[in-house]
Amino acid sequence: MKIRAQIGMVLNLDKCIGCHTCSVTCKNVWTSRSGLEYAWFNNVETKPGIGFPKDWENQEKWKGGWVRLANGKIRPKLGGKFRVLSKLFSNPDLPEIDDYYEPFTFEYEKLQRSPEVSTPPTARAHSVITGDVMEKPEWGPNWEEILGGEFEKRSKDYNFQNMQKQIYGEFENTFMMYLPRLCEHCLNPTCAAACPSGAIYKREEDGVVLIDQEKCRGWRMCVSGCPYKKIYFNWQSGKSEKCTLCYPRLEAGDPTVCSETCVGRIRYLGVMLYDADRISEAAATEKTEDLYQAQCDIFLDPHDPEVIAQARKDGVPDSWLKAAKESPVYKMAMDWKVALPLHPEYRTLPMVWYIPPLSPIQSAVESGWTDSDGIIPNVKNLRIPIKYLANLLTGGVEEPVVNSLERMIAMREYMRGKTVGGQGDIKILERVGLDEVTLDDMYQIMAIANYEDRYVIPTNHREYAGDTPFDNEIAFEQRSDCGFTFGNGCGDGGQTKTNLFGASTHKNTMSGKIQKWGK
Amino acid sequence: MESFLNHFLFGLYPYIAFITMVVGTIIRYDRDQYSWKAGSSQLLRSKGLAIGSNFFHVGIILLFFTHLVGLLTPESIYHYFVTTEQKQMMAIVGGAVLGGICFIGLTILLYRRLTDRRIRATSTFMDIALLVVLYVQLILGLASLPHSISHPDGASMVALANWAQHIVTFRSGASDFILHEPWIFKAHIVLGMTIFLVFPFTRLVHMLSAPIKYLTRKGYQVVRKRGKGY
Repeated sequence: MKIRAQIGMVLNLDKCIGCHTCSVTCKNVWTSRSGLEYAWFNNVETKPGIGFPKDWENQEKWKGGWVRLANGKIRPKLGGKFRVLSKLFSNPDLPEIDDYYEPFTFEYEKLQRSPEVSTPPTARAHSVITGDVMEKPEWGPNWEEILGGEFEKRSKDYNFQNMQKQIYGEFENTFMMYLPRLCEHCLNPTCAAACPSGAIYKREEDGVVLIDQEKCRGWRMCVSGCPYKKIYFNWQSGKSEKCTLCYPRLEAGDPTVCSETCVGRIRYLGVMLYDADRISEAAATEKTEDLYQAQCDIFLDPHDPEVIAQARKDGVPDSWLKAAKESPVYKMAMDWKVALPLHPEYRTLPMVWYIPPLSPIQSAVESGWTDSDGIIPNVKNLRIPIKYLANLLTGGVEEPVVNSLERMIAMREYMRGKTVGGQGDIKILERVGLDEVTLDDMYQIMAIANYEDRYVIPTNHREYAGDTPFDNEIAFEQRSDCGFTFGNGCGDGGQTKTNLFGASTHKNTMSGKIQKWGK
Repeated sequence: MESFLNHFLFGLYPYIAFITMVVGTIIRYDRDQYSWKAGSSQLLRSKGLAIGSNFFHVGIILLFFTHLVGLLTPESIYHYFVTTEQKQMMAIVGGAVLGGICFIGLTILLYRRLTDRRIRATSTFMDIALLVVLYVQLILGLASLPHSISHPDGASMVALANWAQHIVTFRSGASDFILHEPWIFKAHIVLGMTIFLVFPFTRLVHMLSAPIKYLTRKGYQVVRKRGKGY
């Protein structure tokens, strides 16, 4: 057993209102730079829909994630190591920028500088890459917002597998939900496995998956390898970039920007302990339907004295073990089983989990309370099909989704009884296997969702990073290092505008300043 | 004058080019690794790369190594296996085939870089200049084939190999071997040396990072211990 700690995230989709605050604050902090205008380390998709980039869930097309071989081992779906290298010169599995969208900006200056005219001045869209006028942007971030576009196109959504999807195109049966997405900081990341340079790594201390910008050579295999398509190739720097889980904030004990700014309080961050020796075994589970359970099985109980003793031996600091006990992520994923992983069938063992959303009971009069065991309604009558959620969150197994939804309904029913009638119905809790103490904790964390309950983040112990505690070099001399910058940034190499080794062709275009080529 | 120019271009210039390449490459690796990259533009336009990039890379890599072996293997060694005439024939056939493959690829790549608006707009001067230089160099190489075919005795080939071997072993008089060779070989050599000269200032450096080590990396996952890896 080798115990490692990881900061995991849970998103309570039941409370997501699709406001995109997470995406916008993330963009402002991390991707408002040249070459990454198209990139959204965090984005919010309306489901059903093909998503961003187009059809990202279709791994037959993009070859992301892992496959299990006949010998019981796994390898990237991209291919073995020789096959990956054979794609270096031209990668057939790489999305083109149009699969995301051609980044554009508007001539805001025209509005500011316009003389008095009889018709209102217009600000036309210009490509950020070429500077050309774009008569009509054909695709953009969040193009399918709130079921935008025809059902015919949206229904290409991969989660409609094994479903009679046509009826959901009918107005009466239509449904939707929001899905905020970011890097999953997987326990078994394919991006790292596919990187020929070894530039992508998982941090031992908190599990954050990062790309070393100095070591990245731009071979772009990670973009294909990641089944969530959450690695973005910066077309100016020629290097790949990804969500950092705001590690500079995490290290200081602060939540990520997307979590901090979430107005719906849907995000949770907490420590998970897991057995690193069992990763490959779990990821190689034979049936994809068993992967959700296999992943649960490698998480370790932070209250178990044996686990604590071993974790200490493996170098997990005490403050982290304490945080693991209070971790909202552990409670929701393991204790209450309300949070589920996103597409466990990719075998990446993702660490951003989701609580499935409740939805209205379909025509209550016809089917609602009559189709119920008298305690809670049958979740099969919810507007969002269970099968759809199962395809999204458990590799197609409905039971965990049903369990999660029932527990949330039970929580509501019980608390309604308690608040309105002064007494909650204990039968409701028994029906879903909960007790009063657990329910109170669930209610406190999931419904009230106070800041300190949502984010239980121990600070990073850099002082333990060296060979000896308080290693001077690591603890003090390397503090306050730099983040993302072009070139040497604040390093001592100096950053100059004219660069002997090929300067950027584009300035930061996020300001709306259009850079024209060829005129 | 002619002999001075000959001495400069074929006796001194190779050393200038090599020193610049080695020193420049080390400095760049040390000071500016962020700029060290393949420079792929596939994200912006995939079209043409499946044939263009594959043909170009396969062609030029094999051309580079066959030049290396062909020029630097001493006569006394290869005569164990082949005669000079046979080697000349191999060089002609191999050069024509590989050069042809590379030519198809490079033509597509150059056309794409110059005409595709997205690629052109994101190209630096060096990106375009490098492709043009490689294209000219390739054409010069292919254009030397008629001379080689009409001189099956391989005398020029031997002279060029002698020059190269004298250069890399720091022997004097290397440039004398070139003095009476046809201009097309001279141009090919000078431009070749120029490619070495500009090597550290272009994306060519990515060839030094060819990820061969990937094949021997144990397992698939990379985990960095805390504090390590700065």
